[in-house]
Amino acid sequence: MTDFWLWIHALIPWFDGAIATILIILIKAIALVGPLMLVVAYFTYAERKVIGYMQLRIGPNRVGPKGWLQPIADALKLMTKEIIFPSKANIYLFLLAPVLAIAPAIAIWAVIPFDEGVYVTDLDISLLYVMAIGSVGVYGIILAGWASNSKYPLLGALRSASLLVSYEIVIGFALVTVVMIAGSVNLNDIVIAQKGGILNWYWIPLFPMMIIFFISALVETNRAPFDVVEGESEIVGGTHVEYSGMTFAVFFLAEYANMIFMAVLAVILFFGGWHSPFEGIAYLGVGFAWVPGIIWLLAKTTFFMFLYLWVRATFPRFRYDQIMRLSWKVFLPWTIAWIFVVALMTQLRIGPWF
Amino acid sequence: MTFDQILFYVFSFWFIASSLAMIFSRNAAKAVLFLILAFFSAASIWILLEAEFLAIILILVYVGAVMVLFLFVIKMLNIDKSTLRAKFAGYLPLGLIVAAIIVAEMTLVLGANQFGLEVVATPVRHTADYSNITTLALQLYTEYVYPFELASVLLLIAIISAITLVHRNEVNRKTQNIAEQVKVQAKDRMRLVSITTPNEEQDND
Repeated sequence: MTDFWLWIHALIPWFDGAIATILIILIKAIALVGPLMLVVAYFTYAERKVIGYMQLRIGPNRVGPKGWLQPIADALKLMTKEIIFPSKANIYLFLLAPVLAIAPAIAIWAVIPFDEGVYVTDLDISLLYVMAIGSVGVYGIILAGWASNSKYPLLGALRSASLLVSYEIVIGFALVTVVMIAGSVNLNDIVIAQKGGILNWYWIPLFPMMIIFFISALVETNRAPFDVVEGESEIVGGTHVEYSGMTFAVFFLAEYANMIFMAVLAVILFFGGWHSPFEGIAYLGVGFAWVPGIIWLLAKTTFFMFLYLWVRATFPRFRYDQIMRLSWKVFLPWTIAWIFVVALMTQLRIGPWF
Repeated sequence: MTFDQILFYVFSFWFIASSLAMIFSRNAAKAVLFLILAFFSAASIWILLEAEFLAIILILVYVGAVMVLFLFVIKMLNIDKSTLRAKFAGYLPLGLIVAAIIVAEMTLVLGANQFGLEVVATPVRHTADYSNITTLALQLYTEYVYPFELASVLLLIAIISAITLVHRNEVNRKTQNIAEQVKVQAKDRMRLVSITTPNEEQDND
């Protein structure tokens, strides 16, 4: 990477200093957000197709060959729709809410390492950054519910606030176990600590934490079977009831960007990030050495993204109080107990992880 | 003016402006939002001071959890502004005295005689590989481990006392045993009965 910038500098001499820094950050951000939005668009298509096949339907197949242009048609439809403001709603907060939902959902991607040395920024405390920015995302939903001046959005926002605060604690404790093994809160270092094949990844010593993390990620992103925030059968559309057109689309984008982010985070924390699963195996390791790390990361992430859809098509929705019980009475004791298990494993130096 | 200074003044301006807006806004929910902006500005200033752990924790704990609960409570409350204003004049003298004492204490403790340029040396800029969190952790878990543990025990006592305060009498409390509900099987809820219908052919007509 540095060679590349030196080469650019030799080519264009004035490309230096603060302007260059800002431009480089801007280029990196665009190179990240552009593909992300494309993945979000085609993730919605994949969701409809996968769930369609699971329910013995075909799914979207009209727009373009095999329905490939469906997300673009959806985006055009949402962009050209009228935005309706509810009467007596607080217009400023009503419009601020989608912005507060999408901004953290994109900003959180800044610290994700896609390959060795490929990231927007190498923050020393990137795991804490992820937790902090992730917890800010809830304001979009809370404000949407409050500013809409309507019953169901308010109920959805209240559910969302209590759920997110409960599951933040569970995710926090699950991440503590990862930090205890890796000895760092830098996502880059956490991935590097998992080097050396599929057996060195943290999913083995932290197996219960991985499951808890994934289920908590479902709750944090309001996905089925925990989508009580927008539970159609109970509170119509939850916080999005009063939103139409592009304002709704922004919430939608934020939700899916968060889903993909949680999948990437699960891969980075428990499944070795950009490392190849065949590292250290006699012939496979050498044979697959040419595959760039980002391919492995994306392949593993795709599996977790598929899990979201699989789970959605399989399980009926949880009742609200059952979700609360799951957090406080099942997951929290497990995570705290596992912290002690990990402490013991660290002291006894069990396995290749410590 | 360096870039750092520009950033410092921008964040300080937002900090002061949002704090004032928080005090003067009539709407409680908007006041909370301005307070969140104030927290963000304070966190940004701390990051400029290379205290990134504190900055992130400020956002994580206060913005991510405490302020969410604030908004939660404000949404549930139905605040009647007229009753609030009726007592305003009565509480004003006491409020002014408390405010004056707080300002006096803050100037004494945080003023120039304690933290001025003559007393405290200018902080040194660290290099890029300086880890604030490692330094903090080393201090916290070696030198200050007993105060740290005492503080955590204090918090535990606060949690337990808060729970016992609201959890005293079990009068008319309606609870559901979710563990039992989850474990339930189809045969517990449903009984298949075979009913013989002697006049079946007649009913079908």
